[in-house]
Amino acid sequence: MNPVVSPSQSRFAYVRRTALQLRACGRSRRPSRSHSGALPQPSRVYRIFAMNELIPLLLEGTWVTVQVTFFGSLLAIAAALIAAFGRLSPIAPVRWLATAYIEIFRGSSLLVQLFWLYFVLPMPPFNVSLSAFNVAVIGLGLNIGAYGAEVLRGAIRSVHKGQFEACQALNMTAWQRARRIILPQALLAAIPPGTNLLIELLKNTSLVSLITLSDLAFRARQLDQATLMTLEIFGLALVIYFVLAQIINFSLRALERRLNRGRIGGSLS
Amino acid sequence: MNFFDWEFAWTILPSLLDASLKTVGITLAGFSIAIVLGLFLAVGRRSRKRWLSWPVTGLIEFIRSTPLLIQVFFLFFVMPNFGLNLSALQAGIIGIALHYACYTAEVYRAGLDAVPRAQWEAVTALNMRPLTAYRKIILPQALRPILPALGNYLISMLKDTPVLSAITVVEIMQRAKNIGSEHFRYLEPITMVGLFFLILSLGLAWLVRRLENRMELAR
Repeated sequence: MNPVVSPSQSRFAYVRRTALQLRACGRSRRPSRSHSGALPQPSRVYRIFAMNELIPLLLEGTWVTVQVTFFGSLLAIAAALIAAFGRLSPIAPVRWLATAYIEIFRGSSLLVQLFWLYFVLPMPPFNVSLSAFNVAVIGLGLNIGAYGAEVLRGAIRSVHKGQFEACQALNMTAWQRARRIILPQALLAAIPPGTNLLIELLKNTSLVSLITLSDLAFRARQLDQATLMTLEIFGLALVIYFVLAQIINFSLRALERRLNRGRIGGSLS
Repeated sequence: MNFFDWEFAWTILPSLLDASLKTVGITLAGFSIAIVLGLFLAVGRRSRKRWLSWPVTGLIEFIRSTPLLIQVFFLFFVMPNFGLNLSALQAGIIGIALHYACYTAEVYRAGLDAVPRAQWEAVTALNMRPLTAYRKIILPQALRPILPALGNYLISMLKDTPVLSAITVVEIMQRAKNIGSEHFRYLEPITMVGLFFLILSLGLAWLVRRLENRMELAR
């Protein structure tokens, strides 16, 4: 058997390299540990100047977080649509498959799924090596997609029965019925719970820092180790996540209002 | 190499089960804090005194829209600067409890809002003290319909405990990772952890659904 390079080893090297680069850039400085064991705090002047350099680094991480959230939510919406229709399908094996997907991804923890994709897949029986970014998008997308499938299923069920009957009376095909009649109504009903799920997705992107993707959480942790300005860094990271969540919240609310225009009493029942 | 090494799985099982006790312990401890704290937060948010309701609302919204991981980091790394030294386990339990208290607060709020107005008026008419009113009249009616929703948050909380491995709490996920890096086999430990969460959460979900059905019948 040929010697295998440990994936964890190469990943460790990656982490160390980034940390070294960060230090070589002169952006950060680690104060030496004093004899008492307590870490000396950086001076106030240093803190003010360092903030100018910290914020761009945190924003770099934020950009990764935004990308993961964006691609993850695209995958989640696609997975949710497929799984929701799969669960309502008249063909039993399709239904079972969709149910198995939903239950497995909802039932086991997200972090376990990310680790599974990142640590288990590259190993011998599978030999599928994905980059940390791909693992993040796939893991988050499939996980939130499973929750989204349940939301969509509820939304499709909430469409009035008369609408289905009307489609049948008009002799529409199943595809036409879904695309023209059912989905436009179901998706609208799914927006408020969907907003919550997207915010969950955003929050859960912080977990990808544990599989070494340098997102906002990863940057925060790394900068904290390099500068010891814990309060500023984690405080800023929290605020950035909060702002991103509010952006998602407000834009989806605006979308809902826009789509609701012209409807009387909120729903056609 | 075989696909799934059953013998290896069998040898690491005791170690994983040992760590799973910690996962369950964290969940139970965190949840018991969260359901008590959540109730106080909900009552605070519904209060008519603005100096109380506004900060509580802000806190709930902030905690609900920021990641648990960063909150736990904050507790574990920042709090010592203010003289609050928490062990990893303590920081983890407090972090997860605070996070979920804000979710349960919203559930409680929905339950309290659903109590008919006449009940509140009756309590006032009888000149009950607020504490007695909540304990004897309002809470028994508010709690029953929201029990399934609280159960769902128990399940979510269980599935969020692996986050604590980031601050070196050795719960089942961290143990599995350690085993994986020692033996250089990740398939068995991580799959077993996944199964552990799957079994526990499906079991709990089944219990919650039974509870829901019983409530439908009772109505």
